[in-house]
Amino acid sequence: MMQSLRAKLRLAGVLIAVSVCAPTFANAEEHERMKPAQVNVANTASVQRGARVYFNYCSGCHSIKYMSYSRLADDLKLSADEVLSNFAFTGAKIGDQVISHMPAENSQEWFGKTPPDLSLEARAKGPDWVYNYLMSFYIDPSSAIGWNNTVFPNASMPNPLWELQGVQVAHRAAAKPGEEAAVEKLELAQKGRQSPGEFDETARDVTAFLTYVAEPAALQRESIGVWVLLYLAAFTFLAYLLKHEYWKDVH
Amino acid sequence: MANEGVNQGRRRFLTATTAVVGGVGAITAAIPFIKSWQPSARAKNAGAPVLADIGKVEAGQRLTVAWRGQPVWIINRSPALLATLPQLKDRLKDPDSSVDQQPKFAQNELRSYKDKPQWLVVIGICTHLGCSPDFVPEIKPEPFDPEWKGGFFCPCHKSRYDIAGRVFQGVPAPANLVVPPYKFVDDKHILVGEGAA
Amino acid sequence: MANLFSNIAGWVNDRAPNMMPMYRKHMTEYYAPKNFNLWYYFGSLAIVVLVNQILTGIFLTMFYKPGAATAFDSVEYIMRDVEWGWLIRYMHSTGASMFFVVVFLHMFRGLMYGSYKKPRELVWLLGMLIFLALMAEAFMGYVLPWGNMSFWGAKVIISLFGAIPWIGDTLVQWIMGDYNPADATLNRFFALHVIALPLVLLLLVVLHIAALHEVGSNNPDGVEIKKGPKGNRWSPTAPADGIPFHPYYTTGKDLFGVGFFLLLCAFIIFFQPAVGGWFLENDNFIPANNLVTPAEIKPVWYFTPYYAILRVIPSKGLGVLMLALAVLAPFLIPWLDRGTVKSVRYRGRGFKIALGIFAVAFFFLGTIGAGKTTEWIPELFGANADLTSIENLFGRTLTAIYFGFFIFLWVYTYFGYEKTKPVPERVTTHA
Repeated sequence: MMQSLRAKLRLAGVLIAVSVCAPTFANAEEHERMKPAQVNVANTASVQRGARVYFNYCSGCHSIKYMSYSRLADDLKLSADEVLSNFAFTGAKIGDQVISHMPAENSQEWFGKTPPDLSLEARAKGPDWVYNYLMSFYIDPSSAIGWNNTVFPNASMPNPLWELQGVQVAHRAAAKPGEEAAVEKLELAQKGRQSPGEFDETARDVTAFLTYVAEPAALQRESIGVWVLLYLAAFTFLAYLLKHEYWKDVH
Repeated sequence: MANEGVNQGRRRFLTATTAVVGGVGAITAAIPFIKSWQPSARAKNAGAPVLADIGKVEAGQRLTVAWRGQPVWIINRSPALLATLPQLKDRLKDPDSSVDQQPKFAQNELRSYKDKPQWLVVIGICTHLGCSPDFVPEIKPEPFDPEWKGGFFCPCHKSRYDIAGRVFQGVPAPANLVVPPYKFVDDKHILVGEGAA
Repeated sequence: MANLFSNIAGWVNDRAPNMMPMYRKHMTEYYAPKNFNLWYYFGSLAIVVLVNQILTGIFLTMFYKPGAATAFDSVEYIMRDVEWGWLIRYMHSTGASMFFVVVFLHMFRGLMYGSYKKPRELVWLLGMLIFLALMAEAFMGYVLPWGNMSFWGAKVIISLFGAIPWIGDTLVQWIMGDYNPADATLNRFFALHVIALPLVLLLLVVLHIAALHEVGSNNPDGVEIKKGPKGNRWSPTAPADGIPFHPYYTTGKDLFGVGFFLLLCAFIIFFQPAVGGWFLENDNFIPANNLVTPAEIKPVWYFTPYYAILRVIPSKGLGVLMLALAVLAPFLIPWLDRGTVKSVRYRGRGFKIALGIFAVAFFFLGTIGAGKTTEWIPELFGANADLTSIENLFGRTLTAIYFGFFIFLWVYTYFGYEKTKPVPERVTTHA
């Protein structure tokens, strides 16, 4: 009884672990054509760098309205002054939410729609999508805005980081009749301020920042989780001993 | 039933240990729920200190700012008003502010910073049942007090306070007006809500 | 101190003399078969999850703001600004999915061991009603965050009622309280989810357990212990193969089961709360937008088998009918199964195979409903495969298998095709 029960439990455990982890691998499968972003929100330096890039190049148009500057200060381990002087260009106070002050009428006129809030973008699309998106802009004379993106085609979004990345062009496959020629690969035609290796890191940093913004609690979640699992393992072990003890009565 | 004493002992020990470990877990699990009732980050941000510009507040005038949903009065008291305070000792319930209604630095006759005696900062809520008293700074007889030397009068139940916010005897309010934590950022600015409490 | 307690106990006992007997009847003198196995953990686990949902749900209600304009923001407020709000939210979302994991396994136990057979048909029916109420509760709960999947899922599922002849369209508008799922819909779903259905669920659970205790528990051998010899080491009149529910199954087995279960749930909550999009769908992190449909509207995993049945049937009306029948068919099992042997251990080989195929079919129907098969088809059939027709073929076959199980069960047992093994007189334990 004991052995078969133990064996069953072990099997159950393996099955459960696999089936719980499998979906995350499955998600990776979905993005097989995407490079994995491999972000680590616990890497504070990376998230700080990503925050700096975000506030310099993105926050002019894109709010992250569920985030407050005070929260950024706490989680990124910066002082209120550092946050306000490096990140808040709009005269915001430390307790304010991060709102872009682009007037809606202007964005409608320039882009055709209001730039969306990015607070939850990394959860809605996944970090891999965000990372690959940032890497996949290319010059496209046929689009209204002059830019296009292989991950999110035909959006009215210019490459916000072109100064850093440089300019990519698309090499297209032969067009099928009636269809637009598909982009086969992107190539850097004009260098930016950063080398490809540096920009790759920048893109990952921004992704890490947005992943953090989408779920700030992730920082605490895992560290607390370790203690909870340890406690529960100990409790379950005790409960097992108790069960074994009581069941000695039953023949 | 098992008769061996060891068995029973072991059983009791295991049950007790499991119960204690489980109990500790249950109590720890309750903590997040209890803590969730604490003011949220949003409430704390909204309740953050408020910077008041006192550059234009003349003697005898009052500036009101909102802090944590309450009116905070910043009053510039004239020398005449300040001179009345020592005379009122016998008519007050708590002339030395021994009840804890103010930060340590305000536990004096003027209820203010020693180097900024004219500035009074109080929360404008009567300590009786919560109405907001009237500001009556003129030193002249009033219907509610023929020997009025300036201060605050609460219309709801007729409580009176002197110009340092100290409560009179014979009125329903039990305590002096609350002085919130505050500090002088510079001569023209007071930060309400921060500073020694 | 002990004197005080016994005085209070005596005082209560004088005025409510049946309370202690009731405790004994349902706990220490409820004699359950001694051969319960792994499959018997899920009932108590379901109670644990129910308590979790209620407790975390109460606390979420303190911060959540129902209303189309405020709901989404209030959920983010809980996740970011409320102290420990993220934990309460994840406990609730994980609990919702785990509720179905536990309930599906609990129901499967019933199918395996014939726990629905006489005299336990009422227990089974009440359980099926709990399942229905749970599905409604989960559906409404999912709408509350008012994400884009909440909106579109609500739209699709409510519109199913439009398939009902004559009253369909009026009914749909009546349910929504508007022309689209809107503020009105959200507010009423909030009321139903927070108070109405939980009360119904609690009542049904009490009745379910009461009905069980009236007739006594089944066991993996399907042997009626009440019909066997009497007398065990705790009572001379109780069934010989019975043991007191408390403490052997409460602090004995179930406490351990709870510990192990919580360990699994904690891993999910703290390390993978979204479970790769299975427990918290990506599209629901986008606010509801009635102008933009998600790339794939799919329900949360526990509805996917039924959703697949709906989708692969070409006509809307027929699809809705089949969906309803798929959910209701298990109600009939006590009467479809004419076999006399309860437990799969002693039933005919045909039954074992059919049950296995049924479970596998249910699982794969789920993969269709979740849109996973459209990913596998190109890998198996080549890049030019016609996704829709292959998926439909697969899905229709599985739907036929799903309903086929019920039909098979009746034919197999009614006409006596089943060849059973001899059922032992006493329960078997692998001692």
